[in-house]
Amino acid sequence: MSIEIRNIRKQFGQFTALDNVSLDIAAGELLALLGPSGCGKTTLLRIIAGLEKPDAGQVLFGGADATHTHVAERQVGFVFQHYALFRHMTVFDNVAFGLSVKPRRERPSAEEIRERVMKLLKMVQLDWLADAYPGQLSGGQRQRIALARSLAVEPKVLLLDEPFGALDAKVRKDLRRWLRELHNDMHITSVFVTHDQEEALEVSDRVVVMDHGHIEQVGRPDDIYEHPATPFVTQFLGDVNLFHGRVDAGQLTIGSYEQALGQHQDADGDAAVAYVRPHDLDLTLQADGALAQGRVEHIHAVGPVVRVELQQADGQTIEAAVSKERFRALGIVPGDTVYVTPRKLAVFLKDAAGQQDYVI
Amino acid sequence: MANLTTESRPVRYALTAVALLFLFLFLLLPLIGVFWEALHKGWQLYLTALVEPEAWSAIKLTLISAAIAVPLNLVFGVSAAWAIARFDFRGKSLLTTLIDLPFAVSPVVAGLMFILLFGANTAVGGWLQDHGLQVIFAVPGIVLATVFVTFPFVARELIPLMQSQGADEEQAAIVLGASGWQTFRKVTLPNIKWGLLYGVILTNARAMGEFGAVSVVSGHIRGETNTIPLHVEILYNEYNFVGAFACASLLALLALVTLLVKSLVEWRLHRQQQASTLRTAEARLQAAQP
Repeated sequence: MSIEIRNIRKQFGQFTALDNVSLDIAAGELLALLGPSGCGKTTLLRIIAGLEKPDAGQVLFGGADATHTHVAERQVGFVFQHYALFRHMTVFDNVAFGLSVKPRRERPSAEEIRERVMKLLKMVQLDWLADAYPGQLSGGQRQRIALARSLAVEPKVLLLDEPFGALDAKVRKDLRRWLRELHNDMHITSVFVTHDQEEALEVSDRVVVMDHGHIEQVGRPDDIYEHPATPFVTQFLGDVNLFHGRVDAGQLTIGSYEQALGQHQDADGDAAVAYVRPHDLDLTLQADGALAQGRVEHIHAVGPVVRVELQQADGQTIEAAVSKERFRALGIVPGDTVYVTPRKLAVFLKDAAGQQDYVI
Repeated sequence: MANLTTESRPVRYALTAVALLFLFLFLLLPLIGVFWEALHKGWQLYLTALVEPEAWSAIKLTLISAAIAVPLNLVFGVSAAWAIARFDFRGKSLLTTLIDLPFAVSPVVAGLMFILLFGANTAVGGWLQDHGLQVIFAVPGIVLATVFVTFPFVARELIPLMQSQGADEEQAAIVLGASGWQTFRKVTLPNIKWGLLYGVILTNARAMGEFGAVSVVSGHIRGETNTIPLHVEILYNEYNFVGAFACASLLALLALVTLLVKSLVEWRLHRQQQASTLRTAEARLQAAQP
């Protein structure tokens, strides 16, 4: 079922959680709401679920207005960050809950309930734990039970609030892949909230990046990563180096570095910031055509990529990530002076960008 | 094996001894004293003291006022705790403070408040009396006073519990399609049942044992408006020690029975969970085998 969100506003006292947010979610899509804490992503998810009422705006399910539909009638599945399993019920009773509270004439027979619950438990590979209480399960197991419970009522929409936020890194990776596979099999419209950009980019069909109560960018993961629309998105999606300069008629100038851009043709000497990811910076020992220079401060050579930290003359730090081969060829040691050249930069004019320094 | 986190042996023994001595002197010894005084002239006298009409009427009145006060405060306590723990509203802190009022006010003052409100010479009391309802120096007054002094127990017990548990489980139930009542019965109630039971036990104990407030509004009419604690005092003042302590032993017995019931229920629950842990361990083993 498709979801449309139209001009949603939500205030908590003086705090604006959502400021006129609109978003279309296609049927069968797996969508990630990504942003820092306090950006409004969880509020938006709870409004879609009906757990929170918007101050203004509409939520449409499959084209029909559901803004005033009660949570219990929205047919959504909701997975909570801290699982919210019923602690006094066995795993079986937890998963059966949604079916067993149905009005008598809609309720399946005990036999059918049993069958469906066991099928779901098999699907999450935990049928052998049917008799256990939530307190006896690990975090990953609890979250899988929570998911099975929400799927038992065959929801039209699945909403997940930081589903893997409370789990350790290894389990999180496994569950991530598992959720993706599950979605491929079931094709239920799903929205999940996360502050982990890697998670959002890896799992979802589309990512919605949010900040301060509005949507910064919507797009496919690779699209968003390659072409971030705003400085915020650029900074939020990963480590980035900042270089301040000017743009004049599509020509970027940073110190002695010059570069023709395919954009900002009508810029007239505007102040600009160029964002370059560490792996888009190459290190050289020649000053020709370099963007900046710096002294090698630290070298982290763990893993396939070597991360080199440089300190510029003005005290600013540059981080570059180069391959092991490249690092060996350069033969640099802490204290050396090296030059950096960008392979790819994202340039934003200062006035267009609004505030410049984000704290993430 | 040396344990680095505990105190040395003599300190531990000394602390335990102090605690046990205190319990013995202030709890066990008086309790033994009550039963000793009640029984030392034989069972016959003890039973006679309990079934004589005035004692019997006091027992009945105590049971009636507890039977009204406990359910009332159960309903009120759960609603208040629910409202305070789950919703934000104007005047929430005022409500929280008001719940504590009966603890803050001396029971005697509480009794006097009801006399000022419902006494025969007041507007409300006079009007009620004209319509055939006497509140003060009658059963309704005793029930009112009992409800008032036992007001906070259930709510006080539940508010911190419900606040610490959070609303996630209830929200999960509602998203799954449960109605408000189903959510309360199947999710909220099982989660708070221990706190609730404890609150009810405290309410009941206080309802049956309340002296001050009830004493002021009762008028001490023998065989009519005497509760067990009031009856104990009267008998004691008349040097009828066996009678006084026989009735007192009833109240003490009640306390012991409630504690026993609580331990029993806790023990059964513990056994249930152990059984489940065992079954889970077995299932784990089976799942681990190829």
